[in-house]
Amino acid sequence: MPGFLIRRLDQLRKRPLFWGIWVACLIGITIFLTLVGMPIPYALVIFALAIVSILFSRAKYLPILIIILLAIMPWTSQDQYWLRVLITVGIYIMLALGLNVIIGFTGMLDLGYIAFFGIGAYTTALLTTHFHLSWWLCLLASIVVAAIFGVLRGLPTLRLSGDYLAIVTLGFGEIARMTFANWVGLTGGPMGIRDITPPSVFGFSFGFSAQWGYRLYYYLILVLLGLTVLTITNLRNSRLGRAWVAIREDETAAQTMGVNLSWNKTLAYAVGAAYGGAAGAFFASFNMFVSPNSFTFFESAIVLCMVVIGGIGSIPGVIIGASILAAFPEVLRFMSEYRYLIFGLIMVIMVIFKPRGILPER
Amino acid sequence: MEGSSILFQQLVNGLTIGVVYALIAVGYTMVYGIIELINFAHGEVYMMTAFIALTLYSIAGLPLIAAILIAIIFASLLGVTIERVAYRPLRGSPRLIALISAIGVSLFLQNLAMKIWGARRQPFIPPHKEITLLNIKQTLSLPLIGEATITMIQIIMLIVAVTLMILLSLVIKYTKVGRAMRACAQDLTATRLMGVDVNRTIAFTFAIGSALGGVAGILVALYYNQVYPMMGYMAGLKAFTAAVLGGIGNVTGAFLGGILLGVSEGLCGAYISSLWMDAIAFAILIIVLIYKPSGLLGERTPRST
Repeated sequence: MPGFLIRRLDQLRKRPLFWGIWVACLIGITIFLTLVGMPIPYALVIFALAIVSILFSRAKYLPILIIILLAIMPWTSQDQYWLRVLITVGIYIMLALGLNVIIGFTGMLDLGYIAFFGIGAYTTALLTTHFHLSWWLCLLASIVVAAIFGVLRGLPTLRLSGDYLAIVTLGFGEIARMTFANWVGLTGGPMGIRDITPPSVFGFSFGFSAQWGYRLYYYLILVLLGLTVLTITNLRNSRLGRAWVAIREDETAAQTMGVNLSWNKTLAYAVGAAYGGAAGAFFASFNMFVSPNSFTFFESAIVLCMVVIGGIGSIPGVIIGASILAAFPEVLRFMSEYRYLIFGLIMVIMVIFKPRGILPER
Repeated sequence: MEGSSILFQQLVNGLTIGVVYALIAVGYTMVYGIIELINFAHGEVYMMTAFIALTLYSIAGLPLIAAILIAIIFASLLGVTIERVAYRPLRGSPRLIALISAIGVSLFLQNLAMKIWGARRQPFIPPHKEITLLNIKQTLSLPLIGEATITMIQIIMLIVAVTLMILLSLVIKYTKVGRAMRACAQDLTATRLMGVDVNRTIAFTFAIGSALGGVAGILVALYYNQVYPMMGYMAGLKAFTAAVLGGIGNVTGAFLGGILLGVSEGLCGAYISSLWMDAIAFAILIIVLIYKPSGLLGERTPRST
């Protein structure tokens, strides 16, 4: 048994009550998940994920363990509905991580982030339906187009800060949604764009099939997520990431130290938007349909909540926050009419009792 | 209608919607001026008040005026309750956190309304009381400006809104609590040290702001004769836009911003396209903020989050 695991278990043994409650909670959540209809194997894998994360939190190979568990997950059950839910959770995690670059790292409040998701989704939708481009090219195009729009939105707003910036980003988000809805010639208006072709490799389609179900999509989002986490973690520790954090902590001090505010802020927008665009490209092909209704202010607000409730700036925190909030509507489906009511209530309670988020940045 | 009549008609329509935006915007701007919070639940107070008035008037059968007055009192109470439950425990924590709480409250109230009254649009004045409807929709021609007309309800809206705004500025300027509010907006800590009950002042601000928002909700419900749970969403966003446009924290600015927004929307609807009417509000906002980052009448820029 490796040394750190012994130390970890020793730690756990010293505070039996604390960890007992934790494990009891996890078991409770697992039972609850199966009660609301999640297949038992999925719930067990999620339970295993939580336990592994606690036990091996110091281990270098924790990511590998998590990836292995996540990779075998879709084969433990034939259920496709909950697999779709998991894929949706994946999309939201990606969005929350992208928004975290803007809000968490650079400290700029953004209430219109969903616009980049929409721009990515529409880019892919238009390119596949009109030009029959390969999805992989569309993904690249979505990333580039979203990043360009990120820069376009960033440049005129560089002088703004705080809530003025927030309301302008909100305005841009609403204008984007209205453009999707009103520019009927390009976007199909409120009817949206349908029949978006799924990605394929050498003629082998990723779409729903009897043999694979949605599993290929699941692996695709898993790979995208892996790349997202990898790139964002590296960015965070790079010169650029440190410049962002410096801007967040104190703009004037950062500027005095030679950090170029305009350049770094614009880059933060571009990078954040790029992740949104990639998530949008995936969403368009997974959903096979895009319409303006998917890109409302409500969605921006929810992604913002994922970041804040998870722990602003903390990558594992944001992942947990996004998983919980994205899964909530599905988990609460049994009380369909009350679920958003309870959702709102839980948001208020969470921030009152855990204002720094579930897993705050250290 | 000839060209100038269309212009005047749109100005009249825009002005009436503008004063409503102004009434809601005042609620945003007063709260922001004191605790620097975008009270996202404000649009929901506007919506809930319209629903309460609807219930009291068309279902419980109270006289219109009584229903409206009770609904406005309800609006004040709702505003104070929201502050007490969702914002006060978070005072002193990062503002982003309070914003999430506000979004949560907004979501909660929207879905509560949907649960109680249903998601569809309902007429504010029920069909069997159509005499009232005819009365308030009564059209008067406007002399001097061609064929443009004004309806009874538009006149009521203008008078009510302007009167309330004047009253509000008098309260802020001359009463003791108004002075306390201005002091809080300048420096919360110093005001507390001077012996002012800050919590009570903030509660009072919420009560007034919510009451004005509630009045706006009822006026709009009468104007369009419809009420629905999502009505607070767009109105709230636009009113907040109006508040920022005028310079947030500034009551006169909010009034100016609201009217500017309403009129530009009316003109956009007439001359460009009614489809883009909602976008014009945000386009104007962005343009104004790019050239004047603190709004039209604002002096200070808020601290970053």
